Amino acid sequence: MMARTFWAAMALTASVAAAAAQEDVITVVHVEQNPAVQEFWEDLAKKFESANQGVDVQFQYLEAEAFKQKMTTLLQSSDRPDIIYSWAGGVLRAQVEAGVIADLTEKLDPAAKDMLLPAALDAFTLDGRIYGVPVRMTQVGIFYNKDMLGAANVDPASLATWDGFLKAIETLKAAGTTPLVVGGADKWPLMFYWSGLALRAGGSAAFEAAVAQEGEGFAAAPFVRAGELFQQLTALEPFQSGYMGTKYGASVGQFGDGKGAMMLVADFVLNGMKANAADGVGIPLDRLGFAPLPTVEGGADEPNATLGGINGWLVTEGASPRAADFLAFFMQPENQRMAAQKSFYIPTVKGLEAELANPIHQVISANLAKSTYHQNFYDQALGAAVGAVVNDVSAELAAGNMTPEEAADAVQEAYAFEQ
Amino acid sequence: MTVDYAGEGSATAASRGWKLRLVRRDEALLALVFLPPALLLFTVFVALPILEAAQYSFFNWNGFGAPEKFVGLQNYVRLFTHGAFHTALANNGLIILASLLIQMPLALLVATMLADREPLTDTFRLIFFLPYVLAEVTAGLIWRFIYDGDYGVVAAMTGWLGLDPVYVLADRNFAIYAILLVIVWKYFGLHMILFIAGLQQIDRSLYEAARIDGAGGWTLFRTITLPLLAPTIRLSIFFSVVGALQLFDVIMPMTAGGPSDSTHTIVTYLYNFGIIRTRFGFGSAVGVVLFLICVIFAFGYKRTVMRND
Repeated sequence: MMARTFWAAMALTASVAAAAAQEDVITVVHVEQNPAVQEFWEDLAKKFESANQGVDVQFQYLEAEAFKQKMTTLLQSSDRPDIIYSWAGGVLRAQVEAGVIADLTEKLDPAAKDMLLPAALDAFTLDGRIYGVPVRMTQVGIFYNKDMLGAANVDPASLATWDGFLKAIETLKAAGTTPLVVGGADKWPLMFYWSGLALRAGGSAAFEAAVAQEGEGFAAAPFVRAGELFQQLTALEPFQSGYMGTKYGASVGQFGDGKGAMMLVADFVLNGMKANAADGVGIPLDRLGFAPLPTVEGGADEPNATLGGINGWLVTEGASPRAADFLAFFMQPENQRMAAQKSFYIPTVKGLEAELANPIHQVISANLAKSTYHQNFYDQALGAAVGAVVNDVSAELAAGNMTPEEAADAVQEAYAFEQ
Repeated sequence: MTVDYAGEGSATAASRGWKLRLVRRDEALLALVFLPPALLLFTVFVALPILEAAQYSFFNWNGFGAPEKFVGLQNYVRLFTHGAFHTALANNGLIILASLLIQMPLALLVATMLADREPLTDTFRLIFFLPYVLAEVTAGLIWRFIYDGDYGVVAAMTGWLGLDPVYVLADRNFAIYAILLVIVWKYFGLHMILFIAGLQQIDRSLYEAARIDGAGGWTLFRTITLPLLAPTIRLSIFFSVVGALQLFDVIMPMTAGGPSDSTHTIVTYLYNFGIIRTRFGFGSAVGVVLFLICVIFAFGYKRTVMRND
């Protein structure tokens, strides 16, 4: 059985090699699950192929967790794809240090660099060298159901501060409404709370000091404060019943079905809600509101700092020379315009703000434009190992199994071990 | 083939010895032809990975390049002081206990009822064996739905009874027992089939003779069935324990080890803390520990309990 699989694999490799000899194949491995976005990209690839004879762009889509686990082996094998998806952060650094990612600094012309939002390009710049092209940015904030807040007489403006947010929770609970929905079984949705509060409590300075291991690192006061603030919230029992057994997809469906009034999540929720809501739509866009992370009293004076994801594409070392050309073509404003117009995602190309069709995308795009500091998701920024610990402690804080000090110490210990 | 014939002096024995040597030479030739591929595959795909895992377990390694950060026994220290690993070990123990004290008696009871060919026994055998045929992941997903407090079967039950919704898999005190139920349901069919096969080997005339001597149902079971079924029971215990130690794919779709790491087994622990976090050195340390537990059990059990089987 094993031998048969082995020979099948050899035959497959041989056939792929034969195809490569005839034409220049660019393989792209990605995690996108939305068929509309996949179709949009494949159309772009066809355009590129017709303009470049002998080039064949092939997309492969993997589920995100499978992608993460496969990539370490795949990048070191002879079947290394030409272009891969990336969340930047610690995983990107590990890949760059392993020498499997191509340096694009010389390949990107200055005009192309100027086209991109600086914060987004920064995430793919390590030690002054550019290793990837950012494609989309997301922002974490409070998505709220306007009708449910209205029915309980909660003013959305009160969500601007943490105290106001806690009051809103109490009011909603008193009105018999489930205030918040979260996919606790996946843990990372709870990480948004802890890392968001750490950003508001300590700002960019606290995170940068912790990464540089100055002072107490991740055991420092702002990170303990984040846990304390989070437990002020969890003490109110704000989440839907059984939230620790709910996966992210199911939780988004519950939010879309009106089973809870608010959700602290990034704007990728808009696609997920459509896919998971019982009616295939969820909350209509005009009944959905967005508020940035609440500010905390005595916290960092950076109200415009944002938390969210920065996703991009990397070219691997030894990839087809046409791979970088395809990326440059892909990122041209006229090609990314469609993503904005069809509300697929918020592109990182400047000047497309006016084209965004989705009102919430417009709000978030404006927030990102005035953002003084964009914090990448902790579970990406700190790499797989420390990121998982951050997700763990966020879940333990929510369940009340850990004190804020223990949570901060656990993250610090995991981070120090990786240095 | 290890019997030594050199001591036998008779002519027949000598000629038999000569024939045997011939057979041995043929076998040696056969071994020379067939052994190297098997040995090569075994070395490359089994022995080497085990040795490599043992080596990696002394490094802090994220999988890129060769392992360089030597950390000595630190991975093992972290492993043995980690609360979640203690829980995983305890859960493995619980699964073994449930297999031996609930699953096996149940399988034996059902097997004694279905061992004789009577109308409908085939149908019932099929029904009870069906969960075992089902893919583990599918079974896990089905039970995740059954236990769902909002939309599942449990939700429908609490709805009829007018109770508050119950979220079994979200409760860190109960989730593991919910999983135990699924494991018993999933695997008792296999043991039932083993027992039925064992029961059919027992000579019917023994029962007849005992009945004529006036033995009742319980005496028949205790003095005939149980002793003659003992080899099958010992084999069944072996499968239960080794299966419990390797349990992974039923748990992943149900809880993935959560909530609060309360439902890990050693293997889901390895996956969660080694592979997902790309800490391959640490994961290797878990693998080494699991390997040692399995080897010690397997050899110990074969040498003592299954000595005569």
